Amino acid sequence: MGMQVSIISMANSTASPVPDTLKNAVIRLAGYSQDGIQSVGGFLAQLAGSTAKEVMTYMTIPATISGGASIFQVHLGSGEVLHPGDDADMLVAFYQDSYDAHLASLRDGGVCFYDSDQVDEIKEERGIRHIGVPFTSATIEALGGSAKNRGKNIFVLGLLCAVYELDREKMSGIIAKKFGGKSEGVLRNAMLAFDAGYAWPVTSIAHMPMAPGESKGKKRISADGNTMIALGLIAGGCRYGAAYPITPWTSIMEILRSEFPKYGGSFIQCEDELAAVCMAIGMSYSGHLAVTGSSGPGLALKSEALGYASMAELPLVVVNVQRGGPSTGLPTSVEQSDLMQAIYGSHGDAPRVVLAPRSVKDCFYTALRACRIAREYSTPVIILSDQSIATRIEAFTQPDLEKWWEEPVLDTAERDEDFKPYPLDKLTRHSPPGSPSKAGKYPVVTGLEHDEWGHPSGNPQNHAAMTAKRREKLVQLSHSLPPPSFHGDTDGDLLFVGWGSTYGPVKEATERLRQKGHKVGCMHIRNIHPLRAGLGDIFGRYRHVLVPEMNDSGVYGYGQLATLLRAKLCDPRIQSLNKVEGLGFRVVELVDEAEKILAV
Amino acid sequence: MSSPAPVEKLTKKQLKADKPTWCPGCGDFSVLASFFNIVQKLEIPHEKIVCVSGIGCSSRFPYFVNAHGIHFIHGRALPLATGISLSRPDLHVFVFGGDGDGYSIGGNHLTHAARKNVNLSYVVMDNQVYGLTKNQTSPTTPVGRVSKTDPRGAIDRPVNPMAQLVASGATFIARTHTTQIKHMNEMFERAILHPGFAVVETLSECSMFFPGAFDAGNPRKGGRFDVVDESARNMESTAEAMTLAEETEEDFPGKFGVYYETKRPTKNELEHAWVDDARAKVAGISDQDLMYQRFDAMR
Repeated sequence: MGMQVSIISMANSTASPVPDTLKNAVIRLAGYSQDGIQSVGGFLAQLAGSTAKEVMTYMTIPATISGGASIFQVHLGSGEVLHPGDDADMLVAFYQDSYDAHLASLRDGGVCFYDSDQVDEIKEERGIRHIGVPFTSATIEALGGSAKNRGKNIFVLGLLCAVYELDREKMSGIIAKKFGGKSEGVLRNAMLAFDAGYAWPVTSIAHMPMAPGESKGKKRISADGNTMIALGLIAGGCRYGAAYPITPWTSIMEILRSEFPKYGGSFIQCEDELAAVCMAIGMSYSGHLAVTGSSGPGLALKSEALGYASMAELPLVVVNVQRGGPSTGLPTSVEQSDLMQAIYGSHGDAPRVVLAPRSVKDCFYTALRACRIAREYSTPVIILSDQSIATRIEAFTQPDLEKWWEEPVLDTAERDEDFKPYPLDKLTRHSPPGSPSKAGKYPVVTGLEHDEWGHPSGNPQNHAAMTAKRREKLVQLSHSLPPPSFHGDTDGDLLFVGWGSTYGPVKEATERLRQKGHKVGCMHIRNIHPLRAGLGDIFGRYRHVLVPEMNDSGVYGYGQLATLLRAKLCDPRIQSLNKVEGLGFRVVELVDEAEKILAV
Repeated sequence: MSSPAPVEKLTKKQLKADKPTWCPGCGDFSVLASFFNIVQKLEIPHEKIVCVSGIGCSSRFPYFVNAHGIHFIHGRALPLATGISLSRPDLHVFVFGGDGDGYSIGGNHLTHAARKNVNLSYVVMDNQVYGLTKNQTSPTTPVGRVSKTDPRGAIDRPVNPMAQLVASGATFIARTHTTQIKHMNEMFERAILHPGFAVVETLSECSMFFPGAFDAGNPRKGGRFDVVDESARNMESTAEAMTLAEETEEDFPGKFGVYYETKRPTKNELEHAWVDDARAKVAGISDQDLMYQRFDAMR
């Protein structure tokens, strides 16, 4: 395994053979998707959120309909948790093949719980402590012999609660909330399995109590990124939308389909991606800011209509939850390879805004900002999320809706005599249908090049002027954007420049490099396009600039953001670190690459 | 949402906008005139009229009407109009387009807008040719017709729009001819008054590239204009409507008039019923508190 990262920081182990408390624990559950591994991870994450612990999860889901190898990794921490964990402290293996495939992810000296009914061959290596527990038969016994392979996930949850001395009462409450709506039998069985797991006598290792988290003193919630995008859209005043299902975007539309009606709106499932974006544009044209969304291949299908929205200057929010591509690619894996598509994917010069959330919590604020920008600049705004942020669970303080809330307004006030749909000297503010006109003249919104009144015009000067109008509003926006978030040394050896879901690992890598004595900083760009004006000054303070991205280095040797930064800043120090394995960066990979560069 | 009724009837002058760019003799002029007539007659408030179109000669329609309009991309006028109709029940949504826009590049949307029974009126100006791009084969071009993309004559069986509309579940399906003004007026009026997805397939001659295409349906040119006898028919029978559609295909110009008419809950009604129900369940709770409740469930 090579280097062992001290993710688990046991209190001085030589002085005391039994650790006092753990500050961090990375638990990997490996089995099949139908075993309910995700729900165990989800329960742990929710518990962590409600007990003021930090949490971050990571999961792989097979792209098959049901079944297939699946993992869920939970990183619980009493301090800040920035990433799902490089190496696991504990592996819970449900089957022989899950054991075989994931033993390598366990750190030296880690703990492996395995289902002794399913796993026969154990490899004694690297000081790993193996503990066999008959998950299958013990669960069947607890449930009175009728379990049929169900409930062992909840048994394991009980086991983990006991080992880590987690709050049993709160966990019971979470289980009750989850299963309470179902039949009484389901809840009773879940509680029986949980209690059996909790009471299972694990004598070969001592319990490893988690240190209590520092109380944040505020209301904390745990959620995945897709949920927070959906809620952020509502808080941003978005009430209408349309889409077509595609992984991993789908859960956003599922949420919006149920939630929008409660807030007086509607979300429509369409026959295809094209209809979806067009329907959303129709809603926006009507005066209701609308959202559509998809994942990579679906965004490609929406490209033509996006060009229209840019040309016609209609507000629109488009969510793209990136996955591995191109084509069907890796539908359930993470990648950041749609950046160029998001910024440039259309025909003609079709400027639009691109924002990328850096964490689950940030999804909420990014969605809300997307709504604000779309309205203010009357432009399409793309939210570039990814599979990792979409599906992982994090715990964080709930948004303050007093501060973060936009009430939707349908503006059908009468337009003045001098109303022009496309004024050259100010931002476009459309007059939605239903708005009377004092002059008695009604506008046509169009994708043909048009003059200020919306009449088709092929005049050369007019096309140049209108192209500039559409471009300049983004230039204007670039000056009003907040600076990117920044962490670490403000000058020195190396600057990481990250975007999207690499935020946690990059920040953690920065800390580790600084602990090793390097002068390192990291900047995280959330406003992908336009970039905030004046970024180049910051780059100049470092000897090296490294841009880690989960996309390919391409023919010219640079990732997608790095290519843009090099084009914009002409700075030869900008280098790329690319990863296209359908997996996020491990902290150690970032540290190693940085040290390689610094050693030169 | 309510708006004051117009003080007086709209005049043609108020409704006219840009001078139409269509070629002399184009059937679409009559559609425009007929549309003005019906809008005036039905006293639709000026600002509540929305004209939607895709791409093609006939899709230039919104520029020629002084009303809110949106000239969209090729083939996607229906989903766009669906978005308008569903989010703004106060508006009167009119969609205009041609056979290429509606039956070829936008064919999928036709099926789905019809089955959803979206509340809007759709006029297809079918000229059986691509006119804007100067004479290529269209989805309704008859077999054997020579065009720039079929120099040896069209070989693909044309679509049968009436059959497609019946099969898709449209709730008002009519067919007319731009040379028969009175009939066209009647069809448009009934389409507008129909609650749900109403389509009027309108044979509209392209005087430039396919002149005489519809002479067989014009008595003044020696053709016949036979209208469906609604009193002798079950208007809600898809089987009868399908038979009419087949006869029209086999013996052009076939029958004109209403092929099918029924009442089914519109997409608009169904969606709004859900919204009303959802709102009733959370009555008395502010939108912000509703989201706070959601946060509470995430602990």
